[in-house]
Parts: sequence; C-alpha cells; structure tokens
Amino acid sequence: MVELERSGISGLNVINLRTHERGPYSLRIAPGECVSLRGDSGSGKSLLLRAIAGLDPHDGQILLDDMPSTQLTAPQWRKQVALLPAESQWWQDEVGAHFSTVKCPWLEPLGFRMETMHWQVSRLSSGEKQRLALARVLMNTPRVLLLDEPTASLDADNVTAVERLIEKYRCETDAAILWVSHDTQQAARIGNRHLQLTTEGIREYTA
Amino acid sequence: MITLSAVDLALAAGLVLAMAALSWRMQLGLSGQLLIAGTRTVVQLLLIGLVLKTLFANVDLLWVAGISLIMLLAAGREVMARQQRRFIGGWGFGMGTGAMFVSSFAITVLALTTMVATDPWYDPQYAIPLLGMLLGNTMSGISLALDRLTTTAWQQRAIIEQRLMLGATRLEAIAEIRREAMRSGMMPIINAMAVAGLVSLPGMMTGQILAGSPPLEAVKYQILIMFLISAGTGFGVTTALWLASKRLFDDRHRLRLDKLTGPRY
Repeated sequence: MVELERSGISGLNVINLRTHERGPYSLRIAPGECVSLRGDSGSGKSLLLRAIAGLDPHDGQILLDDMPSTQLTAPQWRKQVALLPAESQWWQDEVGAHFSTVKCPWLEPLGFRMETMHWQVSRLSSGEKQRLALARVLMNTPRVLLLDEPTASLDADNVTAVERLIEKYRCETDAAILWVSHDTQQAARIGNRHLQLTTEGIREYTA
Repeated sequence: MITLSAVDLALAAGLVLAMAALSWRMQLGLSGQLLIAGTRTVVQLLLIGLVLKTLFANVDLLWVAGISLIMLLAAGREVMARQQRRFIGGWGFGMGTGAMFVSSFAITVLALTTMVATDPWYDPQYAIPLLGMLLGNTMSGISLALDRLTTTAWQQRAIIEQRLMLGATRLEAIAEIRREAMRSGMMPIINAMAVAGLVSLPGMMTGQILAGSPPLEAVKYQILIMFLISAGTGFGVTTALWLASKRLFDDRHRLRLDKLTGPRY
C-alpha cells in the first residue's frame, strides 16, 4: 500500500489527473467556492468532469476533504461528487419515477409544480429536461457539483432561475462547484475563480 | 419402421435447393447461408451417426466424456459466433461455454442418475442425445440473452452512465436490461412448452413415434426433456448474464464497452 499524503485540504482536490491521454490536470475547489471552467470545444472539459466523477479510468488522485476517491465505493463517491451532464437521460415514463421521493424541494424554484412529477418524459422540452435533471441531481445533496453547461438550452428567465438556485444550494450546503460555461459573462457572474483548460493543462485567469 | 433411402433424402434436399434458387432470384442474400447450413447438416449428422454407432458398440466413460467435450466446445463457438458484439479475449468464448457447462452437464448427469436411471449412468444411448438436446437449447437461450444484453447496453450506454452518475451500482444500472435479456433467452422454451402438443408436436416425440414407440411413452419422455431444457436454459442464461453484466463494468462501477468488439452482421 502506498502511504497517502494527508494535506488537510478540504473541498475537492485533483492531483495530476490523466485521462484519455490528456493531462496531467490539477485543481482545487474549496467548500462553498464556485469555479468556472472554459476551454475550446474538444479540449476535454467533459472528459475531465467524467474522470472526476469516476466514470472513466484515470491516473492521479482525486480527494474530497482529504479522502481519496478510492476509499469510497464508486456509487458513494458519485453521490457526493455529482456530475450534471450536458444532455440528461431519462429511462422511465414518468418524471417522478426518476426521483427517490416526490417531495423534491427544488421543483418550485425552477418553475415547476408538484404535478410535474406525473408528466410524461417523452413530452418534456430540452429546457425542461435540463432543469429537472438539476433538481434530480440535487436530491443526492452532493458535496461537489460538476456542471457541464447547465444552462445551454434555457431562455434568459430560466438561466437566472438556475443560477439563483445553484447559488442558494452552494450557500446552504457549502458545496464546491465546478461550472463549465462558454458564456464569459455567465462565468464572470457565477465564478469566484476562473479556469481555462488547454492542451498543456489548467491555468487560472482573471475575468 | 420404414427406412429412408438416399432418393427420399435427395427429394427433400431438392426442396432446399429450390428455396435457395428462389432466394437468389429475390436477392435475399440467404442462398449461400442456406446451402452451407444444409451441407453442414448432412455432413455433421452423418458423422455423429457413425460416431454414435461406434459409441453404442463400446460403452466407455472416457469416450462419452470426449464426445461431450467436443459438443460443448462446438456449442460455445456457436454462441460466440452469434454475438453481434462479443467480449474481447477468452471471455467471448469462455462466458457462454462456462455457463453451458455448468447448466447442461449438471442437469444431464442429474437426469441420468436419478430420473432415467440408466446402467451405467453414462450409457451413451441416453447420455449423448440428452446432453445434445440440453446443449442445443441452452445454446440458443444463452446466445439470444447475451446478444440482447450487449447490444442493448451499447445502445443505452448514455442511460446506464446517467444512472451511474446518480449513484446507482453497476447491478442497479443494468437491472432492466438484464431482465429483458433474461426474458428473450427464456421466451423460446416457455413458448415451446405453452404450445407443445397443441400447435406443434415436439421433434423428439415425433421421432420416437415415427420409430414405433407407444405415444404415451414418447409423451413422458418429451415432458421430461422439456422440463430439463427449461431448467437448463434458465440456469445457463442466469449464469451467462451474471458473468456478462459483471464483465461490462469494472470494479469501480464504470461501464466498459471497450471490453466488447465492434459490430458484426
């Protein structure tokens, strides 16, 4: 067994992560911090997020509050380090069947009602799917949120609603957030810090 | 019993040839496969006929075991060949073969020692046909089920991964697909049992009746065979799907479709 270095760093700590022959990437996000991430298309933003969530094989270490991801089972890790993909998937007929309980406190702030739980998935618009996927992932009360363009298919009002909700969640739960956005104005609005992904690695920039 | 002459078989072969010609005219692309399969039937059955003739004359456990092994390997190869996307490496062959070995051999030995109670228990006149029926049917069930599992997992990889992202275990993430695969593997034998005697007279029973057995004796054997087949297929499919659904993921509950080969049609 390799003795793991304990550094006393809380929040998300990614050290020399390599995935799909990219990297190494290192980054830290403190609890309660929201960090924006940008990069050209094809630079591997989604792959980085997938690796952090433990969906793709990778080298390097990922720690949450000093706990290496390997100390937890993969499902436990993913409940705490949650990835919201750009395109959400739904496999049951009704919306509510994808939620562990119908009492979801995140529906109303996103412009839905209790009846939404009985809606047919096949009739949802892409914007509705995107907002409901956010509500669904928040039901796990993750400590880290990896958001892959969470407002890409939303109109201006809903973008505001989503940004507000994530802000509220972050303040209430002290969650660490990594937010992929192409929109520089949005990045400046939501991020405490800003990262750029390049082929060489990750560098920080000031908005 | 009325014996068949070469002319009788040639007449039947003429029907297959006619069908192949029709398929060629209609450009169905089936004539080649049909002719090759037809030729294989003739050669393989003649060979096994000769083998059984020798085997019945010399009852020996080693010989029976040898023939059984060849049958098992052939069935395993067939399961592999029927997969659109199969597992890379030894797993592609080993998974189906292992599952068939566990289910078919165990059930055949059980039937021979308890229900049929032949003396010796490996009497080839009973052992080889019984094992053949079991292997043939578990082979169909397992190849259908495995093919369904892997192709559906491939098509629905986004859904499987979405469930993993939300914290599902690998077994939870593939549970529905596995259930569907189980159904498609078991449907042929369930359907066959449901219509047996009503729509179709099962092949084995027909054979016994043609050979002059009293119908009720033939029926009893057919019932036994059908029960053995449904149990054998059930256990075989369950084992194969268990192995395959574990193999589709790694120990960190990641969907690993890179363990499958590309599509073949």
